[in-house]
Amino acid sequence: MNGQGWAEIVLTIVLTVGLAWPLGIYMARVWQGERTWLDPVLRPIEALVYAACGVKRDKGQNWVAYAMSVLAFSIASFLVLYLILRFQNLLPLNPQGFPGLSPDLSFNTAISFVTNTNWQSYTPEQVVSTFSQMAGLTSHNFLSAAAGIAVAAALARAFVANRSEDLGNFWIDLTRISLYVLLPFSLILALAYVALGEPQTLIAHVTAHTVEGGKQVIALFPTASQEAIKQFGTNGGGIFNANSAHPFENPNPITDLIEIVSMNVLGYACVVAFGRVVVAKPDARALVIVMGLFVLAASSIVYATETRPAPALVAAHADAGVNMEGKEVRFGAPSTAIWVAATTGASDGGVNATHDSLMPLGGGIAMFMIQLGEIVPGGVGSGLYGMVVLALIAVFVAGLMVGRTPEYLGKKVESREIKYAMLAVLILPLAILGFSGVAAVLPVALKGLANPGPHGLSEILYAYSSATGNNGSAFAGLSANTPWWNTTLGIDMLLGRFAYAIPVLAIAGSMAAKPKLSATAGTFPTDGPLFVGLLIGVILIMGGLQFFPALALGPIVEHFQVLHAVAAR
Amino acid sequence: MLAQLRPALVATLFFTLLLGVAYPLAVTGVAHVAFPKQAEGSLIRDGQGQVIGSALIAQAFAKPQYLHPRPSAAGNDAYDASNSGGSNLGPLNPDLAKRIAKDTAGLQGEGAGPVPADAVTTSGSGLDPDISPANAQRQAARVAAARGIPVSDVEKAIAGATKTPWLGLFGQPAVNVLQANLALDAAAPARAAPIPAPAPAT
Repeated sequence: MNGQGWAEIVLTIVLTVGLAWPLGIYMARVWQGERTWLDPVLRPIEALVYAACGVKRDKGQNWVAYAMSVLAFSIASFLVLYLILRFQNLLPLNPQGFPGLSPDLSFNTAISFVTNTNWQSYTPEQVVSTFSQMAGLTSHNFLSAAAGIAVAAALARAFVANRSEDLGNFWIDLTRISLYVLLPFSLILALAYVALGEPQTLIAHVTAHTVEGGKQVIALFPTASQEAIKQFGTNGGGIFNANSAHPFENPNPITDLIEIVSMNVLGYACVVAFGRVVVAKPDARALVIVMGLFVLAASSIVYATETRPAPALVAAHADAGVNMEGKEVRFGAPSTAIWVAATTGASDGGVNATHDSLMPLGGGIAMFMIQLGEIVPGGVGSGLYGMVVLALIAVFVAGLMVGRTPEYLGKKVESREIKYAMLAVLILPLAILGFSGVAAVLPVALKGLANPGPHGLSEILYAYSSATGNNGSAFAGLSANTPWWNTTLGIDMLLGRFAYAIPVLAIAGSMAAKPKLSATAGTFPTDGPLFVGLLIGVILIMGGLQFFPALALGPIVEHFQVLHAVAAR
Repeated sequence: MLAQLRPALVATLFFTLLLGVAYPLAVTGVAHVAFPKQAEGSLIRDGQGQVIGSALIAQAFAKPQYLHPRPSAAGNDAYDASNSGGSNLGPLNPDLAKRIAKDTAGLQGEGAGPVPADAVTTSGSGLDPDISPANAQRQAARVAAARGIPVSDVEKAIAGATKTPWLGLFGQPAVNVLQANLALDAAAPARAAPIPAPAPAT
């Protein structure tokens, strides 16, 4: 550990949060249908989409209609993506002549990209055609992100509404977020990435005759255009198997910084936009602080663990200053540490190092950040609505302590909302621990493990945490391209996305119907340090207590094994 | 639900065309005009125009007169640039300990001081184009001896291929192996004599 490393970590987080402010202000305008500087270009396209969809600009939806729209859109995009992948051999731009993906892999991958998870059971450069990569995967990187942000926008409107049913219109939200937020910034990011070295070509591979006389087939893709939305939309699906450790996806420390910032900035910006729409800027700031503190703490722990002596290096009497297995030289420990925290806190799931080879506590922190529910700062949109669910539970806990009906942002929080909130939150342990428990004793599942001992259990736990949290990163030693893993992980991705988003929309519907109250002397303030502390406590208890026993058998026991192995030398 | 069918289908189709076809093609078009070299994968060609590699992608070097890249777990034969990936071995995996012990032993005699970690660990991509300055420095004597040139000439090639952290803060110093080796060949092409050296680590 050194000063440069710490400065890099702190500056990256400060820069991300700083940029989230203007972006959040802009996004609030997009959510509210206000004019932006892109109107002259985009208004006509927007009007065309509404006309083709048969959507009326002034027609809002209640929560059931909104949820139905989310589901209908997700089903339609699932089917289209499934067909593209399954039959890519019949489609254009497949220069390597890759066959269609198997049914279970197509199912898993289509769910994965529609739920904003981007779990990948396959090696892209060996399996996916250029057309599938663009029309299939790149487009769903946008759409799953837009759908998540739309739900967050609906929740924001619920806190503004006064005895109303209107949560806005999903189709309008989807269109405006895609056109005004995701597309223009992705265009800029993509061109910056090309300028900094990322390829962008329809040529699928080049054969090099190497200096020592060998042959090297170099796979290429339209990389930069997908990389841009991959991070900005917290998708994280690699264009190459090595994801952002691959020099084509992340050639240097500048692209690394941009990718880290862009994978978190929209998550924070959703909170900023929420604060402006609801007119609760200080309360939104409190949420941003909680998120930032978690990322800072997690980065610090990972930085500390990855600069501790790695047992294999110690045993061989090599320099053991940094655990370099699975890391790239250009990034080293600090860039890897901040990335691990940012990607697991954000449901991004892209990696710039192999998480499987992290030190036990480093990998454990990655898993823990996912298990908190992907809320710090979380996926785009989903991070905000997940955090609001936890905030409701936090004010409820505070209300129990003082014996008053809790309120949050001018809305009474009553048993109905808390039931929905708990329903959403309890999906995580059910989906993660349920399947992990089964997989841990099922031979067909255990065949996929790459590492023995507690690390094997970590691979199982990480896989189901990642799928349910819609994260998509992996302890990638696990060979997950089998019917068991593809199917169960697919189910977890669906549960993590929709069994969470639908209760959230139900909460939104119930909140919107209530009168908007003004704060009184008896209202528990939700913008100060007391609330920040309470919320952190609730998040840690919800995440920690549910998963601690499982973590104790995986990364924690492995940590003590490492201490023992190093001390024995 | 039926009322949602039309917007669901229209929106999926429209956005697939806009975001999945028009957007990547537009970026490709602009990129090829503005940044053709990067857009094609930062390829390096020899005098005859034949591609010899990418500046961003590690390739195998085993001869003593060249700097060696980090070990690679990409593909079955290592450095497979169409099958990227790391070893995914956990810190206590016995296979990792065995591999590192073997590789470290092979490099122990090459220079003074402990073997740098990056010289005996595989990268996340298996295609890491860089090695640490300490690793390059430790190989300089072997390269100089194999080429029959002074160590300072090798150090000059290493320095020319070294990138420092951006703004002194972001990232780590890194030596691009292919770039350094090409500089060595350009400076002393005829002197590259095949002197036997210890078996290279893989």
